[in-house]
Amino acid sequence: MEATVAQTGTEGKTWGGGNKPLGASYGKLMMWFFIASDALTFSAFLAAYGFSRFKFIDSWPIADEVFNHFPFLHGVDAPMYYVALMTFILIFSSVTMVLAVDAGHHMNKKKVTLYMFLTIIGGLVFVGSQAWEWKNFINGTYGAVETRGGQILQFVDADHERVALADFAKTLPQDRIEHQPSNGVWYDADKQTSASFTVEEITKGFEANPNILVRIQQLDENGKKIVLSREASLAKLENDAVTTVEGANLTHNEYGPPLFADFFFFITGFHGFHVSMGIILNIIIFFNVLIGTYERRGSYEMVEKVGLYWHFVDLVWVFVFTFFYLV
Amino acid sequence: MAHDSAHTNQSATKRIWYVFMLLSVVTIVEVVLGIFKPAFLVQTDILYMHLLNWIFIILTVYKAYLITWAFMHMEGEKKGLRRSVVWTVVFLVCYLVFILLAEGVYVHDVFANGFLTWNF
Repeated sequence: MEATVAQTGTEGKTWGGGNKPLGASYGKLMMWFFIASDALTFSAFLAAYGFSRFKFIDSWPIADEVFNHFPFLHGVDAPMYYVALMTFILIFSSVTMVLAVDAGHHMNKKKVTLYMFLTIIGGLVFVGSQAWEWKNFINGTYGAVETRGGQILQFVDADHERVALADFAKTLPQDRIEHQPSNGVWYDADKQTSASFTVEEITKGFEANPNILVRIQQLDENGKKIVLSREASLAKLENDAVTTVEGANLTHNEYGPPLFADFFFFITGFHGFHVSMGIILNIIIFFNVLIGTYERRGSYEMVEKVGLYWHFVDLVWVFVFTFFYLV
Repeated sequence: MAHDSAHTNQSATKRIWYVFMLLSVVTIVEVVLGIFKPAFLVQTDILYMHLLNWIFIILTVYKAYLITWAFMHMEGEKKGLRRSVVWTVVFLVCYLVFILLAEGVYVHDVFANGFLTWNF
């Protein structure tokens, strides 16, 4: 009895596994499998974002108003510039990656090393930029008030320019009772979770400043947020406002529907996670290049495979950029 | 492996920088349009969306094409590999996007016209 069948009769036949039907190595093919499935994951997230966006099509936050910070330009309204810079950083690190792959084809160890190094630096700068973007998003700029129904009320002056809560809210005598360890299970003495102003202080300050108006989330026909009249503003604030919102977390955000912040954290976070993993993979490959693993193997195909992943991460960012910041 | 574009060092590198330039130009055009938002592009609606948004989406797909074909060497792969990756993803993404966006429009209409109070 034969233990193994040496000849299967499929040698050289395309569908028998005897040759490479797609002309790509096993590793590269599997990387393409992974990329195709990961592309579907990301498109599911972005399509879900699109769903929520169409659901709240006439009250969705305007990206230019949310993401308008630039390093060292405090208080300057700079929409788009920062994210455009981030996009360039990632595209450029993609270019150095493809240059590394190209150098690998020519077995040029020195060049592969240099370009891999630059790619890693580009990736690190990108992840750092994203952290800064998150910091601004989480801290918020102006603050807002939330109504019982979860609507966000923002404040503007007579020229419809945004006004921060601190600019008009009154500071009333503190009547807040400090939480004691004796009456709370999850008591944390160091935690400062209370907002800078109570709704009452904001309402009092609003009444004292006749030129401040409430801006609601609904958009008019020109795509601008609707600003209420003084009377309507007062009525809205006094009847509906329940909590102060400063910055953003998963359940409240000062920019609009909580879903906006949820999708922002989840999609850019998931992408940032991919970038971080890509950096780690790149570092592993970088050291393998340094110790000459691929030189001895006679092929730099590993650089090519990790390159495919890196370009894919760049590809995803191109779509995130469009759907979060442009559209 | 099939890398038609990598026959000489010179031409492959040249192509990489050329594609980088194309990607940069498209990104700059997107950013400029995003900052200025020309009124006529915002006011013209085609298929539920502003013309401006369609321009953004088309430019994005063009960038995706450049990255996949030039940087990921899809142009050098066998036809079978290219089709099994690209067609599968494109088909499923179109399907998913259609279903979810159509549903989103429906839910919006329920909020807007349905017997439901939610703005309080």
